[in-house]
Amino acid sequence: MAFPRMNALGFWLTALALAVLLASHFVPGGAAVSGWTAYPPLSAIAATGPGQGLGLDLWLASIALFAIASTMSSINTLVTIVRLRCEGMTWDRLPLTVWGWFTAALLSVLAFSVLLAALLLLFCDRHAGTGFFIPPGDIVNGVVQAAGHPGNGSPLLWLHLFWFFGHPEVYIAILPGMGLTSMVLANFSRRRVVGYRLMIATTLAIGLLGILLWGHHMFVAGLNPFASTAFSVTTLAIALPSSAKVLSWIATVWRTRPRYTTAMLFALGFVSLFVTGGLSGPILAQPILDEYLHNTMFVVAHFHLIMAMAGIFGLYTAIYYWFPLVSHGRLLSERLGRWHFWLTLYGAYNTFLPMHFTGLAGEPRHYAQLIQIPNAGGRLLAGTIPLNLHITISAFILASAQLVFLYNLARSLRNGTLADQNPWEATTLEWHPRLAFGSASEVEDEAPIIVHRPPCWYLEATPGEESYLPQWSADAIHDIKRMKPE
Amino acid sequence: MPSTITPNHTDREKKRGLDDHEGGHGRRPPTDKRTGGGGDNDNWNDRPSGRRGPREKLSRARLGLFFALAGDLMFFVAIVSAFFVAQNTSHIDSYNRYVNQWLPTAIPPILWLNTAVLIASSFAVEIARRGMFRETDVMDEWLGLGKPLTRRVLPWLVATTALGFLFLAGQWVAWRQLAIQHVFFSSNPSSHFFYLITYTHAAHLFLGIGALITSLTALYASKQLETRQIIVDCTSWYWHAMGLFWIFLFALLAFCQ
Ligand code: HEM
Ligand SMILES: [Cu+2]
Repeated sequence: MAFPRMNALGFWLTALALAVLLASHFVPGGAAVSGWTAYPPLSAIAATGPGQGLGLDLWLASIALFAIASTMSSINTLVTIVRLRCEGMTWDRLPLTVWGWFTAALLSVLAFSVLLAALLLLFCDRHAGTGFFIPPGDIVNGVVQAAGHPGNGSPLLWLHLFWFFGHPEVYIAILPGMGLTSMVLANFSRRRVVGYRLMIATTLAIGLLGILLWGHHMFVAGLNPFASTAFSVTTLAIALPSSAKVLSWIATVWRTRPRYTTAMLFALGFVSLFVTGGLSGPILAQPILDEYLHNTMFVVAHFHLIMAMAGIFGLYTAIYYWFPLVSHGRLLSERLGRWHFWLTLYGAYNTFLPMHFTGLAGEPRHYAQLIQIPNAGGRLLAGTIPLNLHITISAFILASAQLVFLYNLARSLRNGTLADQNPWEATTLEWHPRLAFGSASEVEDEAPIIVHRPPCWYLEATPGEESYLPQWSADAIHDIKRMKPE
Repeated sequence: MPSTITPNHTDREKKRGLDDHEGGHGRRPPTDKRTGGGGDNDNWNDRPSGRRGPREKLSRARLGLFFALAGDLMFFVAIVSAFFVAQNTSHIDSYNRYVNQWLPTAIPPILWLNTAVLIASSFAVEIARRGMFRETDVMDEWLGLGKPLTRRVLPWLVATTALGFLFLAGQWVAWRQLAIQHVFFSSNPSSHFFYLITYTHAAHLFLGIGALITSLTALYASKQLETRQIIVDCTSWYWHAMGLFWIFLFALLAFCQ
């Protein structure tokens, strides 16, 4: 790492941010009620509700800490990738996982500082008597707020600043998972990633487009319709690189006989959920459709499938895949892993897929209560109750499935089967024998690690043990030729 | 596709001792010059120059700083965009009047002076920065002939710090002058931004002064030439960036109200 201390600082600051966030539950008034988007004026004035006082201040502090922490670790990631690649590791031999992290870190550096500025403005609105985001004549609980807050502030300004961060943030969350999925699929189907260079390009293209389309969250917020059109176009454009990625994933496993390890299952699950969740994106990206769908459960279905679920599947892929590296060479139980996978997949689809239908039926998001609402609204919501019951039950199944995982984790840390040095026959450097558990002492002074080829060098034709060449292995015919005395 | 691609610039020799410089007392002098001479191309190893060698850590730190400054730039870009949005925001009030409450804040003239001070400090810090890399001094120090670099650079860093404080004092005077005219942070959309921009920039300068003081201590305390070079170099670039940011922010406050 280029800046290990800064990276550690970033990590611990994140932990601190989490602690501050959790602490906000225990202050008078409780935690903030304005959601993850913290739209003003709800968030700008303490009188708007319980938790909008100290709770929201702690929320602001926590998110600001998190923004600083993320920026720090992103700087470390970027410089490490640019400057500290080992010999032979050219940009196009860089594993796609690293490309994912690289792009995510770039986005973090650009997006989090804008969030920080927005938080600062909001803080001033709350405590320094400014009115950046507070509209004139704002009425809260029957009291006109304009007195203490001069100016004609605009909540729309917050939306711009927030979503300039918020949209890149969703890609920050998913890009590393996309990269890892490519690598894991190729690993277990023993194929090269289809269109490796194209996958690098799409990663970067998604990153670039990702900062140009924040307005799609604001179609019904009073944006100029022409701006909506522009944002709609950039949003639909991002479907292209995303589809290219999906095609590459499918083509990589197409007609192979994959080893269905748990990591592979979760990677396949990632693809499935990404497709299901992603398809609703271009629907929402059209202002005219979003007019109806915005703030309904349809949006909730979209982003839970794609971000919450696909993102988490990416995390699980990573955990099952890399577990031997952090657990002194022990593997997670595959049998429990399969239970975990299938239950989670069942829970994920049954929880979030029906939300499309309740959303289309008009169920709004953010509502804690669906019954005992008078008049037409109540009748409309009553129709969604059966599906909501199903959703609730599935959500419980989804949550309990994670207990299987926790049990697996606890058990395997102590009693898991010991893995070989390279249990998945992976080709990337994290599986280099020198880095494997237990080999640290013998190899005090060896030749530096050198990369000789792109990752996923699986030779399909030759069956048997040596049908793949890791990046660090020098034993190809050409190499042997080259090393003969010139 | 060929089944293998040979690695670029493979260097199998063990040159560990050269890569981590033992405090500038390694076997090779800490300059970027090729020292092999005689056309034997002894350039530490066969990598493209600049990637490995005595400046490796320096360039790494600079790159890190560059990314940090890119983030910081976005921070100010966000605030400046908000400035323009607020300037053009208006509403129709209940008497059906068109209201735009933006009252341009007339900037206190002392800001011109402050700007000049900040520019001067940038020159001072640049002289200090270049001093850290003066080859004869670097060689002297490597040969163990005292710390000529510290002697040469210290006054300029002190001058920068003094000018930095002077700038901040000048900003403080400007805030006082506005307060006397009853222009406060909360007075008006325009004054919100005047104070917000000057405050955040001043906060950045405080960080910069912190870095300058760190550099001064490092010049005394750190034995490693390389560490000193890195700290002074990054501090200077940070200081330059803050100067540049200020020029744009000042132009915004002075001419775009
Ligand atoms: C084809 C690609 C995608 C398109 C066209 C798309 C489009 C959209 C649109 C138009 C909205 C706004 C809906 C509304 O509020 O009315 C939205 C919301 C959202 N999207 Fe996507 N999206 C795509 C991919 C993704 C990905 C990959 C992620 C995350 C990994 C994601 C996460 C989210 C989240 C979290 C929200 C909701 C934010 C909120 O209001 O709280 N989307 N998407
Ligand atoms: Cu978005």
